[in-house]
Amino acid sequence: MAEAASTPSKSRDLDKLLLRPGNLVDPNFEPGTELRLALQEQVKVLVVGAGGLGCELLKDLALSGFKNLEVIDMDRIEVTNLNRQFLFRLEDVGKPKAEVAAKRVMERVKGVNIVPHFCRIEEKDNEFYSDFHIIALGLDSIEARSYINAVACSFLEYDSDDNPREETATPMVDGGTEGFKGHARVIKPGFTPCFECTIWLFPPQVKFPLCTLAETPRNAPHCIEYAHLIKWNEVHGGKAFDPDNSDHMKWVYDEAVKRAELFGIPGVTYSLTQGVVKNIIPAIASTNAIISAACALETLKIVSGCSKTLSNYLTYNGVEGLHTKVTEFVRDKDCLVCGPGVLVELDTTVTLQKFIDMLEEHPKLLMSKASIRYRGKNLYMQAPPVLEEMTRSNLSLPLYDLMDKVPKDILHATGTINKDNKKSSGLRKLRVVFKGIDGVTDMDMAGGA
Amino acid sequence: MIKLFKVKEKQRENAGNADGRAPVKKQSAGELRLHRDISELNLPKTCSISFPNGKDDLMNFEVTVRPDEGYYLGGTFIFSFQVSPVYPHEPPKVKCKTKVYHPNIDLEGNVCLNILREDWKPVLNINTIIYGLFHLFTQPNHEDPLNHDAAAVLRDNPKLFESNVRRAMAGGYVGQTLFTRCM
Repeated sequence: MAEAASTPSKSRDLDKLLLRPGNLVDPNFEPGTELRLALQEQVKVLVVGAGGLGCELLKDLALSGFKNLEVIDMDRIEVTNLNRQFLFRLEDVGKPKAEVAAKRVMERVKGVNIVPHFCRIEEKDNEFYSDFHIIALGLDSIEARSYINAVACSFLEYDSDDNPREETATPMVDGGTEGFKGHARVIKPGFTPCFECTIWLFPPQVKFPLCTLAETPRNAPHCIEYAHLIKWNEVHGGKAFDPDNSDHMKWVYDEAVKRAELFGIPGVTYSLTQGVVKNIIPAIASTNAIISAACALETLKIVSGCSKTLSNYLTYNGVEGLHTKVTEFVRDKDCLVCGPGVLVELDTTVTLQKFIDMLEEHPKLLMSKASIRYRGKNLYMQAPPVLEEMTRSNLSLPLYDLMDKVPKDILHATGTINKDNKKSSGLRKLRVVFKGIDGVTDMDMAGGA
Repeated sequence: MIKLFKVKEKQRENAGNADGRAPVKKQSAGELRLHRDISELNLPKTCSISFPNGKDDLMNFEVTVRPDEGYYLGGTFIFSFQVSPVYPHEPPKVKCKTKVYHPNIDLEGNVCLNILREDWKPVLNINTIIYGLFHLFTQPNHEDPLNHDAAAVLRDNPKLFESNVRRAMAGGYVGQTLFTRCM
């Protein structure tokens, strides 16, 4: 009886959002228990990262009614994580974060299933990522965000009028925190700016001049970077410094202390050493909780349509008092990652040389002296001479063959753009489609899948 | 509810198709921007570039500088470049592989060039860096020393500096340090 009574109350708050109509809802919103059921049974959410934000996200999403979650993280639990990564205990130190986090949330939230993946994000293929309806990011690096963004954007398709096909967009919700500051954003590829459209939002890393480190250190970080960047190589030769190796870190700390004493500089501590070397800003549990809550709510809104979503970038600042602001950033129409690129239709017999000539005439490109790169391979490089020579023999081959006989794919061209009698350099994304081989496509698909 | 479910199945098939072949390395945005930098390189005749890992790996390459004037005339200096996937948000990591007696390059190959660290901007490119490196050999600068001794000699006794450079490049000792011949 107690069981039965607790069931409706468990989704009581959720029901207020999902079972009732409203004014601020998405046009596709269809309130009702079916929606609630679909949300619970069918929607698959991937959480990337099981650290400070990831722990919060998993808990928030599980408590928001999502039942099919997966989490991916390459790290193991460290003792310093325990103050804020609340799913972990002292006895978990050394275990994979993804596995422990999944287990703990499943223990506490009945009915939720969380599949952990203890590996690097690059180890999973596109098929893995395409399985999810939405991806929530709790990461601390630009590089990892950029990677997941590229994967999600690669699922996006455009129609022949360059309009994004909404049903192919895999939305992302991205959270990030640094101390008392944080952001939460919604990325719907093709509709809102992708990570790459706005990468300039990230401030450049502080880098001290090497000669200052070597010659005129003025503060504790200078001493630490001297030990880390200069002294380490001097003493250890070719051995790479590993920031996760505590012996290495201790060595750098000891050297930094000597350096600081020599110049009469105070303030070198072991934790500052870690902070400077790993570029760590102290993480604050409450910031993670606030940002993650915003992300979980956006995830629920995007998936259910129960409300308009954040549009599209929320910043939070809790340094003094509290300040939040939402900014609507715009897409970069030429974005190489999420943009449509220029559609080029070709016969399978067109050689690379002919293709390059065609780009010069193409009204949307007007690109001369193009260099062509396809999926990490240089098909032709105009410069430098050493690469020109290595790629020249491709010019006489059909592009179709050079693209491994796929019916359509993306490639990139760099060259001189001649627009309005002005020349400028340009890098363009091209959507190449080969004519008249659709039938072959389907057969290939069946064979390859 | 967004139009999630109708299409997911199909999309899964497509993902299977597009990558059904051998898994392809992801193309990072940094790689694409680098592709542009490299295809637009316009190097001075004293500098050349090579790609030890073949024509497709642009993220790791070497630049050879052969100064045609100044203290380092006749020497050959090789730099390794390592470019990050988030280039140009971050500058490339550049090291001098040739042991050199130089005020702004230390014996481990660290290079003190402002645009490689504190003054890097995403609008700069590989060409700018290579010109910067070349410039270090025509205009070594005692005000930003990484090799303290070499900087002091350049400042106080340019004649001695010149002969030290010649000796180092010929593969001899300067003070306690033995250099490898690079002419």
